Amino acid sequence: MSRGVGVTLEDVWIRFGDFVAVREANVNINGGEFFSFLGPSGCGKTTILRAVSGFLEPSDGRILIGGKDMAGFGPNKRPTALIFQNLALFPLMKVWENITFSLEVQGVSKLERRKRADELLDMIALPGQGDKLPSELSGGQKQRVAIARALCAEPDVLLLDEPLSALDLKLRQHMRTELREIQQRVGITFIYITHDQGEALTMSDNVAVMRAGVIDQIADGHTIYNDPATPFVASFVGENNVFRGRIKSIDGKHAIIETNRSGALVARIAPAAIGQLSVGDQAMMFLRPEACNLATETSLTHNRIRARVQNEEFEGQTYNVFLEGDQGKEIKMSLVNVGQDRQSEVGQDLTLEYNPDQAIILPFGELASE
Amino acid sequence: MKSENVFLKILLGAYLILFFGYLLGPLLVMSITAFNSPSFPKMTPWECLTFEWFDVLANDERILNGIRNSLIVGTGTVILSVTMGLAGALILTQIWPRLRATYYTIVIAPILIPGVVLGISTLVFWDRINVMLGFSSDSFLHNGIFLTILGQSTFIASYCMLVFIARLQRFDVGLTEAALDLGATNVQAFRKILLPFMKPAIGSAAVLAFLASFENYNTTTFTFGKYPTLTIELAQKVRYGINPSISALAFIIIALTLFGALAHEMYRRKQQLALANGAPVSAVTGKGFQLPKFLKGNPAAILLIILTLGAISTIWYAQVHSPQQCILDVREQKRIETEKKIQAIKEKRRQEMLKKQQEQQKAAPSSNQAIESLAKVLLVAYSRLKTLKIMHLMVPPLFRKARRTIQVKAHLAAYLHRRI
Ligand SMILES: Nc1ncnc2c1ncn2[C@@H]1O[C@H](COP(=O)(O)OP(=O)(O)O)[C@@H](O)[C@H]1O
Ligand SMILES: [Mg+2]
Repeated sequence: MSRGVGVTLEDVWIRFGDFVAVREANVNINGGEFFSFLGPSGCGKTTILRAVSGFLEPSDGRILIGGKDMAGFGPNKRPTALIFQNLALFPLMKVWENITFSLEVQGVSKLERRKRADELLDMIALPGQGDKLPSELSGGQKQRVAIARALCAEPDVLLLDEPLSALDLKLRQHMRTELREIQQRVGITFIYITHDQGEALTMSDNVAVMRAGVIDQIADGHTIYNDPATPFVASFVGENNVFRGRIKSIDGKHAIIETNRSGALVARIAPAAIGQLSVGDQAMMFLRPEACNLATETSLTHNRIRARVQNEEFEGQTYNVFLEGDQGKEIKMSLVNVGQDRQSEVGQDLTLEYNPDQAIILPFGELASE
Repeated sequence: MKSENVFLKILLGAYLILFFGYLLGPLLVMSITAFNSPSFPKMTPWECLTFEWFDVLANDERILNGIRNSLIVGTGTVILSVTMGLAGALILTQIWPRLRATYYTIVIAPILIPGVVLGISTLVFWDRINVMLGFSSDSFLHNGIFLTILGQSTFIASYCMLVFIARLQRFDVGLTEAALDLGATNVQAFRKILLPFMKPAIGSAAVLAFLASFENYNTTTFTFGKYPTLTIELAQKVRYGINPSISALAFIIIALTLFGALAHEMYRRKQQLALANGAPVSAVTGKGFQLPKFLKGNPAAILLIILTLGAISTIWYAQVHSPQQCILDVREQKRIETEKKIQAIKEKRRQEMLKKQQEQQKAAPSSNQAIESLAKVLLVAYSRLKTLKIMHLMVPPLFRKARRTIQVKAHLAAYLHRRI
């Protein structure tokens, strides 16, 4: 943890002409942290990363690395190394030359570079592959070479722009663990960009969720998932059933919302929304599929919903049950497969039930379109 | 159906023969004339196989000087055009997008302007500059080499730029950014990343520039000053009549071109083959030269080797071959032939004469008596006058003219002959 250097964004605005790509970003990343920016494509993640690495200057605000204002420092003067979305390995250089490019421009002798390259090749589990060209490597190998090349520069902050997006699922999951391991070994700050919430949640200490140039929430993975700060975060991170309606009553941490189609339902008010809601306000309730259970009783309370089974998907560890409530309201429920007989059949009417603490209420807002 | 097919094939074959004949025929004829002995480039009649035109070429001071100047100008043009073309192409990628189309049009314009105009304007422009700077008229601004290089580069640089733009479009700017991010300075990023990427294009552009410079006439004709290039020399030579040493030069140029093209093709195929066989790229680009392997399935390589062997044996043969005897033979033969021809003409004349005499003899007694008697009188008078040695004063011009005609002569001769 000692080598980590913090990164701070203070009121950073980035504009391209009239277009605002990043709006008033305030981020504080601690030294040695694995920090992720999560958001749909086009929301300005790469733009932030490019501003941190020095390829573009913020239109407003300051970027500090290790407490030092980076304004006026070019990319070759900053203690950062960027792993590009397309890796940008030098196609005409051999693997070992790629890895030690940062040493070559410092004028380090070839012998020494070769030695350092071999060490790094061992680290990324590609021993003896130094004399190949990048085009002769597989996707995962290229990935690791790109990481080694960035690490060879001994940066204080490593920036990664969706580095796993080009890999297939298996490899992606493998590389996730590997990246996390590398980060813990070298102890430097990682800033990771992804549109894949799974990646962000598994690897990061903290996640910033972005929507169209705005950072909606910065928190650790648990908080992001369980206590989303905005409807956008709630609908973008993981799956959620959304119920629109108006607040009927508020009782401490809980509130009852009169939903448009499913009657009055009770849920916890999201921590970010406490004190912001009053009776009669437009609001949204979010209920995760895995928070739904089959009710043992059929009498209706504020945490029960009647619905009919439309369709069922078997995913191995879970069943996804697609239900239709009153007035065609679509609801998704996930049941853990514990080996029992199927509990539902297509066309069957059933009642589902949830723990009010596992559903949250937020003020009305924009959802993720996906 | 089938016969139609055959007919089409024959038609296609004929077309191909015509097409390639049209393309390559002149080159072939020119090459053949380089080895024929007559002193005007001829393919027929074939007289003697000779290499003397290569000797003549090697001793032609003006041609050699032209080649030297062409090489100097070519080198200068390559350096200037490639540099300017690369710079121009790079600016195109950096320039404000809205200006790009305008910039492109301006930079590409020299290709569309006639070379003659470029030549004249180069001459005029640098002359004005010279005057403005107050230099003397023999300053370097009036130097033929300097002006020719600048004049040719005005449009050759545009060609080079097109080559570079095509290559640059495939360049990933992310590579330069990656280099900068890893601590490289802008110069280092340019030298270690962009320049190696542009290398093949630089090679192509250099070859293109050199060839364009070497064959240029339009522009050079205005700028060469005291340094005529090869094309200028050739043009001047042709004006005063040519000999096959020009064919020899053409042959050398054709051979070199063919050689270069084949070598390039061979290299390309070798790479393709190796890649197709799944060899690592590093093995392909390496300089290892494995003879038996690289011939496999590589017709270009085989052709190249045949050509090389052909060239070597030709050169060797040229050393030992002496066409002197043949040339003497031909000369002798020609002499004999000429003599024969003279004989034949003489013979023909004699025949004609005899014929006429006979005809006259037959006709004389009857109808030509009057003329004959007149001639007799004239002859008598003539001989009298001749003896008096005042013939030229006395003989009227008309008579002298008539006397000169063959007919009168023949009559007189025949008459005298019979008399004597
Ligand atoms: N150089 C640029 N000029 C104009 N617009 C840009 C530029 N770079 C990015 N943008 C815009 O900024 C927005 C964010 O882009 P980006 O940061 O690349 O998104 P992502 O989150 O997918 O990485 C996009 O709408 C993109 O069109
Ligand atoms: Mg991006």
